[in-house]
Amino acid sequence: MFRVTNEAIDLSELVSYVTDPEAGAIVPFIGTTRNNNEGRKVIALDYEAYPEMAEKELARIGEEAKKKWPICKMAIVHRLGAVQIGEASVIIVVSSAHRDAAFAASRFAIEEIKKTVPIWKKEVFEGGEVWIGTQSGQPLTALK
Amino acid sequence: MTVRVKFFAILRDRTGASEVSKELSEGSTVADLWRELQKDYPKLAVPGIRLLYAVNQNYVGTDYCLREHDEVVFLPPVSGG
Repeated sequence: MFRVTNEAIDLSELVSYVTDPEAGAIVPFIGTTRNNNEGRKVIALDYEAYPEMAEKELARIGEEAKKKWPICKMAIVHRLGAVQIGEASVIIVVSSAHRDAAFAASRFAIEEIKKTVPIWKKEVFEGGEVWIGTQSGQPLTALK
Repeated sequence: MTVRVKFFAILRDRTGASEVSKELSEGSTVADLWRELQKDYPKLAVPGIRLLYAVNQNYVGTDYCLREHDEVVFLPPVSGG
């Protein structure tokens, strides 16, 4: 299950989805909205996506994880829109026969999400708002 | 040929548009399209920003040759998670 949603993410639904009689471990990762960033007092995060491509990229991450580790099932759901402090912005749940594979695949997935999935967050803080993001693309000057 | 361009995040803010159609000459690349768009939207080039490029929801390079009805997106730095 790889999707983006405007609704609150239901952890138990994802756990049910990856539950498998062959699995001996289920690892959930919940990314939550923190109340501070780089010295700023954060009020909320506002997420936006290129939804069709984001879901495609999430599925690609799942396929790659399956090639790298013997996992049973994986679910990744990323929230869009305004996410209040303490709420989940992303949940990854992985099941595997033995725990090492699920832990490794979960770690891989969150790192990849931050690099390749077309989702952007705008940080709304006391006194303003700013788009967050760092990545290694080509500088704009390369296109001039 | 005509291509469709979608803007997200900071680029949508800077252009004030989320989707536009653009007429291009045959053989135009992603880089050519970017140059044309900068004429329409002088504020598009955010100083120091690094971009990635997607055509029909796949990452491509700047020298990718566009075709009729392609959906092109200039992706500002992603920040999911």
